[in-house]
Amino acid sequence: MLDRIVNAQHQIDDACKQLDRPVTIMEVCGTHTVAIFRSGIRSILPASVKLLSGPGCPVCVTDQGYIDAVLELTQRDDCLIATYGDMIRVPGRHGSLETLASKADVRVVLSSEDALQLAKDNPGKTVVFIAVGFETTAPATAVAVKEAAGQDVENFCILSGHKLVIPAMRALLSGMNDRIDAFLCPGHVSVIIGFGAFGEIVDEFRRPCVVGGFEPVQIIEALAEICRQLASGQVQLKSIYSAVVTEKGNTAAQTIVAEVFEPVDGYWRGLGKIPASTLALRERYRRFDAFERFGLADQPGQDDSGCRCGEVLCGLIDPPQCVLFARQCTPQHPIGPCMVSSEGTCAAWFKYGRRD
Amino acid sequence: MANGTPERILLAHGGGGQLTNQLIRSHILPHLGNEALAPLGDSACLELGSASICFTTDSYVVKPLFFRGGDIGKLAVCGTINDLAVAGSRPLALTLSLIVEEGLEVHTLDRILESIGQTARQAGVSVVAGDTKTVERGSADGIFINTAGIGIRLPGVELGLDKFAVGDKVFINGTIGDHGLTIISQREGIRFESQLESDCAPLAGLTCMLLENVQGIRFMRDATRGGLAAVLNEMVEGSRLGIEIREADLPIKPVVQGAADVLGFDVLNVANEGKFVAVVAPEAAEKCLELCHAHELGRSARVIGEVVESRDLPLVELRTKIGGRRIVQMPYGRELPRIC
Repeated sequence: MLDRIVNAQHQIDDACKQLDRPVTIMEVCGTHTVAIFRSGIRSILPASVKLLSGPGCPVCVTDQGYIDAVLELTQRDDCLIATYGDMIRVPGRHGSLETLASKADVRVVLSSEDALQLAKDNPGKTVVFIAVGFETTAPATAVAVKEAAGQDVENFCILSGHKLVIPAMRALLSGMNDRIDAFLCPGHVSVIIGFGAFGEIVDEFRRPCVVGGFEPVQIIEALAEICRQLASGQVQLKSIYSAVVTEKGNTAAQTIVAEVFEPVDGYWRGLGKIPASTLALRERYRRFDAFERFGLADQPGQDDSGCRCGEVLCGLIDPPQCVLFARQCTPQHPIGPCMVSSEGTCAAWFKYGRRD
Repeated sequence: MANGTPERILLAHGGGGQLTNQLIRSHILPHLGNEALAPLGDSACLELGSASICFTTDSYVVKPLFFRGGDIGKLAVCGTINDLAVAGSRPLALTLSLIVEEGLEVHTLDRILESIGQTARQAGVSVVAGDTKTVERGSADGIFINTAGIGIRLPGVELGLDKFAVGDKVFINGTIGDHGLTIISQREGIRFESQLESDCAPLAGLTCMLLENVQGIRFMRDATRGGLAAVLNEMVEGSRLGIEIREADLPIKPVVQGAADVLGFDVLNVANEGKFVAVVAPEAAEKCLELCHAHELGRSARVIGEVVESRDLPLVELRTKIGGRRIVQMPYGRELPRIC
C-alpha cells in the first residue's frame, strides 16, 4: 500500500511543478472529509494543493428552517420523532432534539425501516421520520414510505429533507465559489446514481470529476488523477472506485426514488435556494408528508448566532476562520451543524486538525 | 440553556467523555471534594493504620444484559477489579448491590449471579457484603448492579501521572474496541460475518504480575468508556506532556475495524473492558511486553507510542499509516450510551 501512496505523492508533486499555481480540490462527501482528516492526508500533500470540504454532510446542509420545523414537532405530545443520531444535537433557536428530549418522545434510529417499525409498535402516536441525507439514504426512505402505503400504516410520516448532490455542485460552480478546480466525487452517492451522472459537471463547467473510494490510498490516487488531469489540461470524468461504482449506478434504487419522490426547489444552508435539489413526496404519497400533515412551513430559517457554517459548506472559509470555532463552538457546545455531525467539516477540523 | 450548559442530564453525561468530566468537576467535586477524591483516579488510595489500601465503586447498566463474551454480572466484577488493579493494588473483596426491576425472570437473575460467583472466584476475590432492592416495572431496565471493591496496594509501587518522562513508552495489553462494538452491534441486531466478542476480563492477575516483576512502570489506567482516546487524553491533561501513538501499531481485530467502519465509530473512542494502557520507562518496555505475551490477557500486547514534549497545549497525536499526522481528541461522550 505504501508504494501506491508514494507513487501517487510523486504524481501529485510532478503535476504541481508543471502547474506552478495553487490547486483547489473540493470533496462533496462527509465520509471523504472524515477519511481525509483521519488519515492525515492533508499533512502529506504539497502546500500548493488545497482541499476544501464542500456540502457533503447531510446534517450540515440542512437549512435552519428545516431544523426549526423539526423542533416545532417536539412541542407536540402526540408525536414520536425518529431520527438519525447526528440530527439530535443540531441547535435551533430554543435548543436541540437532545436538550428538548424530555419534552417530546425522540428516538434515535439507524434506518427508515426502524422508524416504520416504531409506528407499527406505537399506534397511539404519529411517528415522524426525520428523513435527511443524499441519494444514499433516499432509497431506504422511499422503501419505507411505499411499505407504509402498502400496509396502511397511517401513523407514519416523513419530514423529507433529502438532498441531491449534483444541483449543489452546479450552484457552487455557478458563481458561489470560482476557486474550485476539480471535484473528488462521492463514492457512496455514486454507487446509487452512477458515476456517469457527474458527466454534466465535466461537460458544462470543464472541471475534472473523479470518483474515489474511502481508503486513504484510494483518496490519494484520486487526488493524483485530478492533479494529473489539471496539469495535462485533459478534463475528464473518471471513476477509480470501479470495484463498487458503475457508470449507471443502482437503477433499482433510482426507480423507487423516482416513484416516491420528485425533485423540487429546496433551501440549503449556505447555498440558499437551489432549483430541483430537494426530494419531496409525489402526490400519491403526499399523505405521508409531515410538512402537510402538521402544517409546517418549509421556508428558509433565521440564524443569527454568528455561525459561519454556510461559508464553510461552500468552501469559502476554513473552520478556524470562524471566530466561534473552538471557542464558543465546540463538539460539546455546538453552535452550527458542521460542528455537530460526525461528518461535519468543523467537527473534523476540531477532532483531527493539528493546532499549530 | 445558560452559556450552552444543558438544564437537564443528557445520556452523554454518562459517556465517559467531556460531559462526564464537566459533570464531575462542576457538580460533584464542589460538594464532596477531599484529598482522597481529588486525583479522580480509578480508585481512592487510603492509608488505614499500617495498611495502604485502594477503594473504589462502579455501577453497571449495560444493555443487553447478556452479550457475547460476558454479561452484566461478569462486567460488574471485572470493572471494579480492574479499577483496583490499575491503581497498583491486589483486589481482595467486593460488595454487590442489585437493583432489580419488577418482572425480571428469576432464571435470568440466577444466571447473572452464577456469572458473578464464577468471575469472582477466578479473580480470587470474595463478595463479602451486599444489598438487594426491587423497583416498579419501568423504573429500571431488568437489573442494575453496583459493586464496590477494596484492595491492598502492592508495596513499593508508586504510580502517577506526575511520573511521566519524555521518551517513556506507552503500551496496551491487547486489541481495542472489542467490547463496545460487540454491545452496539448486538443491541442493534447487526450481525457481522465473523464473531465480535467482548474482551471483558479481570486484569488484576496480569497487572500485579507486571508490577511485582518490572521496575519503571509509571502509570496504568483501564481503557473503558471513551476508549483509548479518552485514557490518552486524560494522561496528557494530567501529565502536561504529549503522547504520540502510531496507527500501524494499534492492535485492532479486522472484524472490529470492519464493524466500526460500518457503524461509523472511531475504534479509538470505543469502550474496552479488559484492556489497560501503561506508561513505562523505555528500559522497562521490553520486559513488560515479554511478561504480557506469556499471559493469557496480554498475548496481543504492543507498544503503541511514546511520551513526547508538549507544545502549549498537551496533545495526543496519531501518526497515520500513510505517514500523516492528526490529533486524537477527547471523545464527546454520546457515542455509545449504556455500554457498561
